[in-house]
Amino acid sequence: MHTRTGQLLPFTLVLPSMAFLAVLILIPLAQALFLAFASDSGGFTLANFQRMLADANFSDAYRNTFLLLVLIVPLQVALALAIALLVNSRFRGHRLFFLIYTIPLAVSDLAAGLLWLAAFTERGYLNSVLQNAGVISQPVLWLSFDNFAGLVTAIVIAESWRTTAMVLLVLIAGLELIPRELSETAALFGAGRFRRAVHVVLPLLRPSLQSALVIRMIFAFQTFAVVFALAGRNLPVLAGGTYSSYATNHDERLAAAYGVVILALSLVAIVLYLSLPGPREAEVER
Amino acid sequence: MKAGTLDRGLIYGTALVLAIWALIPFYFIAISAFTPQSNVSAYPKPLFPGSVSVATMQLFLESSGVVPAMLNSLAVALLTVVVSLALGAPAAYALARFRFRGRAAFRAVVLVTKLFPVAILAIPLAAIFVRLGLYDSLISVALVHSAMAIPFVILIVGAVFVALPHDLEEAAETLGSSRWGAFRRVALPPAMPGLAAAAIFAFVISWNEVFAASILTVRARTLPAQVLASLSTSPLALKFIAAFFMVLPAVIFFILIRRYLRTVWGPR
Repeated sequence: MHTRTGQLLPFTLVLPSMAFLAVLILIPLAQALFLAFASDSGGFTLANFQRMLADANFSDAYRNTFLLLVLIVPLQVALALAIALLVNSRFRGHRLFFLIYTIPLAVSDLAAGLLWLAAFTERGYLNSVLQNAGVISQPVLWLSFDNFAGLVTAIVIAESWRTTAMVLLVLIAGLELIPRELSETAALFGAGRFRRAVHVVLPLLRPSLQSALVIRMIFAFQTFAVVFALAGRNLPVLAGGTYSSYATNHDERLAAAYGVVILALSLVAIVLYLSLPGPREAEVER
Repeated sequence: MKAGTLDRGLIYGTALVLAIWALIPFYFIAISAFTPQSNVSAYPKPLFPGSVSVATMQLFLESSGVVPAMLNSLAVALLTVVVSLALGAPAAYALARFRFRGRAAFRAVVLVTKLFPVAILAIPLAAIFVRLGLYDSLISVALVHSAMAIPFVILIVGAVFVALPHDLEEAAETLGSSRWGAFRRVALPPAMPGLAAAAIFAFVISWNEVFAASILTVRARTLPAQVLASLSTSPLALKFIAAFFMVLPAVIFFILIRRYLRTVWGPR
């Protein structure tokens, strides 16, 4: 069985994709560092980062990115946990509801922003509903540049709507690794639904909760199109800084500096993710 | 059983509220996209519009460049499917079938690339593509999208081959079939649905991607890149119509591959 070709075969099969990823990730990564850290003469410089720090939008972008992260991630982890426990109770029709809850994941960040724009815009559906109900007498400007709370709320809602399903899928997979007998035994000893969730399921779900948290953090650093769709440039974020520096100001070195900040933040989170205790590989594979 | 009824009422009530939360933006965008021209700026808008019309949609589709952008998106997505499957599927097969040196390292690479913000690399890639004469081409966008899709293709296809028993292939080889023949006749047919799912997933990744597509193109815009570039200038009605066409294929394809979602976002 183990002929020479048999030993070479796996490498032959893996090599093309490895080479492709190396070319499309490692080379541009090196180029990004070069763009961000090299001066025009080729020497080392921090000038691009100094320009970035001096950029009127940078501190706002940094603050807003983390503000959105702090607001969105806990909210959607809590929501996803509630949905996961609900679906996992296996009520009749839970499969259909589970499918419905995951559909927003099919929507891109840009499209999600536009979907919720239909709700939050001045003559949108939110104002229409409130007006018809008599709650307001004229449209509220949720997305006006001077309504910071309104802008943030709309973005938090749109982004939570779209990506809660990602957390949900991680948690559902985690729940399925927990033997049902544990919960059933606890029920036998008189533990109610709530106590079983808190004392039996939650502690065992911790690895999945941790990975879900970190995965969402990584994506939060890239939050961009949903913000542009709802707030335009009135709410700067880090990834938006990369885009605007490049697309509007044609300043690829500044764009690269922004990009390096996002990459660094993501790498810290990825290292964190890999060092988390995950479910046993063997358990998962078969 | 009063308590049981109450319990069930609570479960279905919650489930229903959550379902409305998940679906209502789709409803908003659909009724927005089919609003007759006379009602585009009506306020307050009825939640159940008395009339729908494709006239506004037709007008914008004919004039705004949405259709060419959609064709670009389609070409890029199909190219992404071909490249990511051609490269990812063999690697997935190797991971599922062989124990080889570097296997663990390769698995780690797949995991890291799944989470790595590949799109951010579009900035330095733009400089490289300019030098190669590939800038502002559909090919350059498809290459970046392929890099984003490959880890997902490997996860889906890998899970499919892990689930198929290896014995059948070995039996076919013992009976005189070549390794390739055994693969093609025994392993491939039952893996086809999984390969199709991987292809669809790659398609959706590409169809939805906006950052790299915006950075790497000026005229060869995909639909999301076109919409993003004209966000500050295009009328609301056009935004909603464009969003409708961005969302529709993605959602349909997504529902088709629902069985494989846990493979992608499940435990690592």
